[in-house]
Amino acid sequence: MSIGAVMRSTCVSIIKGQRSRLYSTLPPKARLNTPTDFEATTLLNHNSRSALGNNELSSEAKNGTATRLNLFQAINSALSHALRTDPRVLLFGEDVAFGGVFRCSMNLASEFGDDRVFNTPLTEQGIVGFAIGAAFEGMRPVAEVQFADYVYPAFDQLVNEAAKARFRAGVNAKGQSCGGLVVRMPCGGVGHGFRRYHSQSPESLFTHIPGLRVVIPRGPAQAKGLLLAAIASNDPVVFMEPKILYRAAVEYVPAEAYEIPLSKAEIVKPGKDVTIISYGTPLYTCSNAIEKAEADFGCEIELIDLRTIYPWDRPTVIESVKRTGKVIVVHESMTNSGVGAEVAATIQEQCFLNLEAPVARICGWSTHMGLVYERFNIPDVTRIYDAIKTTLDY
Amino acid sequence: MRVLRSTFPAVIRQSRCYLQTVTKRWNSSVSQRPGSDRLRFPGAIDSKFTTKLDFTRPSDKKAMPTYRILDQDGVIVDKSREPTDISDEHLIKMYKDMLSVSIMDVIMFDAQRQGRISFYMVSAGEEGIAVGSTSALDPSDPIFAQYRETGIFKYRGFTPADFMNQLYANKHDPGLGRNMPVHYGSMKYHIHTISSPLATQIPQASGAAYAVKMQNAMNPKDTQRCVACYFGEGAASEGDFHAALNIAATRKCPVIFICRNNGYAISTPTLEQYRGDGIASRGVGYGIDTIRVDGNDILAVREVTKEARKMCLEDGGKPILIEAMSYRVSHHSTSDDSFAYRAKVEVEDWKRRDNPITRLRKWMEGKGIWDDEKEKEARAVLKKEILDAFKQAEKEKRPALRNMMEGVYEELTEEQREQMEKLRTIIEKYPDEYDVSEYEGGLDSLKN
Repeated sequence: MSIGAVMRSTCVSIIKGQRSRLYSTLPPKARLNTPTDFEATTLLNHNSRSALGNNELSSEAKNGTATRLNLFQAINSALSHALRTDPRVLLFGEDVAFGGVFRCSMNLASEFGDDRVFNTPLTEQGIVGFAIGAAFEGMRPVAEVQFADYVYPAFDQLVNEAAKARFRAGVNAKGQSCGGLVVRMPCGGVGHGFRRYHSQSPESLFTHIPGLRVVIPRGPAQAKGLLLAAIASNDPVVFMEPKILYRAAVEYVPAEAYEIPLSKAEIVKPGKDVTIISYGTPLYTCSNAIEKAEADFGCEIELIDLRTIYPWDRPTVIESVKRTGKVIVVHESMTNSGVGAEVAATIQEQCFLNLEAPVARICGWSTHMGLVYERFNIPDVTRIYDAIKTTLDY
Repeated sequence: MRVLRSTFPAVIRQSRCYLQTVTKRWNSSVSQRPGSDRLRFPGAIDSKFTTKLDFTRPSDKKAMPTYRILDQDGVIVDKSREPTDISDEHLIKMYKDMLSVSIMDVIMFDAQRQGRISFYMVSAGEEGIAVGSTSALDPSDPIFAQYRETGIFKYRGFTPADFMNQLYANKHDPGLGRNMPVHYGSMKYHIHTISSPLATQIPQASGAAYAVKMQNAMNPKDTQRCVACYFGEGAASEGDFHAALNIAATRKCPVIFICRNNGYAISTPTLEQYRGDGIASRGVGYGIDTIRVDGNDILAVREVTKEARKMCLEDGGKPILIEAMSYRVSHHSTSDDSFAYRAKVEVEDWKRRDNPITRLRKWMEGKGIWDDEKEKEARAVLKKEILDAFKQAEKEKRPALRNMMEGVYEELTEEQREQMEKLRTIIEKYPDEYDVSEYEGGLDSLKN
């Protein structure tokens, strides 16, 4: 068996294994809380034509080809492109050299050499501090934190250093800010397995920090474009990758390079009765709930993917809410002071006369991710479906 | 943390099958040979077995020696070690740089006491570490400092006006009025802007050194550069110190770590800071070549740094640790009264007994290149320069108000533009509540 075959069969068995673990215990009569069918979801490109039809693509990408990739492969493709085209790009973190524990850096060390793709000692504050220093001296470092749950030791370096470097350097900012610095981290629930320290979504801790850009893609094509934009950005970017989608989300991804603009939301599906705002994994849950609700209640719901959580695209959201008058915000992390709190407050300020119902927030409860409770904690189709119903009926 | 991570089932299954195909990893591993007299596990590859149950005790080890060239009377201890690479003019420059820093310190400490600037930190007793080490670096070597290294800026070319503009946060301040006094920075002189969080600059220096190492390799004909990083012995207790030295050693980064061990971190004496043999003993644990030097001996600091620079560029690069011993003669800062935790007599004793400025002066006098008259004249000239710059800087306007919002991101965000407009409206609505006249451009600078 070739290496590729071993890898493929392992991947298949893992995917199968995850599916059976994930969904086998669902209530047999469940109508709403059914698994996402990633083969059919409208959130992903199921053919090259739709992948290449995106107006945000570069002309090279538009006129090129597209291949089916999952999320980790798309990230690998973006990293590979960045390393190939810019000698300043470096990739490092814990266990990055052999391919990474989620395979995102597979084959990159052998292709680009140990100087540019390498393991660091096990120290998150060291990894991020090292990355900041390399960025100061003109490199464009992509640092990996193995799980978002382990970013806290590097919090000081991100908040006090990376985020403030440009501001404090003043006229010296050209050579003393963190252009190109990207800190990648897998985040979010995985549906099974290791809860408290392998499932967190700490994005709102970073959206409170001026100077950082916070990005969360929902699928492979978006991940590639947003990651390349993050590496090209002259501001430091916290790039959070929903790890449940690494293998689950598969779609056609343009083969050539392209950037998806930061701080620009995407209206995934237009509608006129309710606006739902989300990002990352819950978009699939929202999409499922919308499908059920539109069939049951005869409504049209608009779905917005924020993509960049901070600085976020306020005009797109406000314009949508002014049209629909009703809004629901959905995310995995805790309700209190989550991204939804900021979005809801901004909507209240700017769309007060247009609002016909309270802004609903469907988010994680105010607790930690307990091992066997995830399905009751993370917003599911039923909770979003119910929020749509309540909002429509208000 | 490590155990939890690797128990992630997908990861385990994946990596197991992958590892089998990566033979290079196995070939490079060590293995324990039967009958060997030493341990050859991956974590320690050449440790001899012993049947003697014997803990390694730090107390049994002699303290690491302290390198010096000049004694306290400014006399060369070992005549064969007399520095020959330094001209009389260069010596006088170094002396004047130290003197200038110490004169400015006294003036600005008083200025803070009069409420003319918000904060100040002197570097009394440590001028020799900053000036001596910088003199051994290439002017293009990037430097990361903590905050008590004013001599670096002076040596590299800061004028009295450069210092005063920052201290007064006027419109010429490169930091655009955003930083506390003494948080200097300069692109021109390759010194990264100082930030208050302690030790954060140390892993940054490792990363910068890694970048510099790659640039050295890409441009072998250019000056091969290294990075210098300064910090106090208190900062060395931070996790970032550990991270930085370990990562610099494993990635072979050309960085010189220079620890100023001045005996105190604010009120905390070193006995409450650590129990090992200072900071130097730790370098060895990280596999880093290390030396301890008398920080009051500028010639020794210079020579040690010069050698460190040479060593750290050998074999593609490696880190070096220098621990420079000194005594913090002054208060920690203008917000501190150090006599609350140490005896005045102890400080006076240090001031009188030994400091880097008088030690170099004595040597220069011995050489016949300095005397009382030159001293008097130099002091008068330096003091006038500083006072002139002081008066000028105090008169200048503050930077434009929009600098409060700009520079957070490369470009102002939509949200920031809206907030700038809100602030402008409020100030226009309540003009008596705000004074914008001292800011360059007044209220107009907040216009989008």
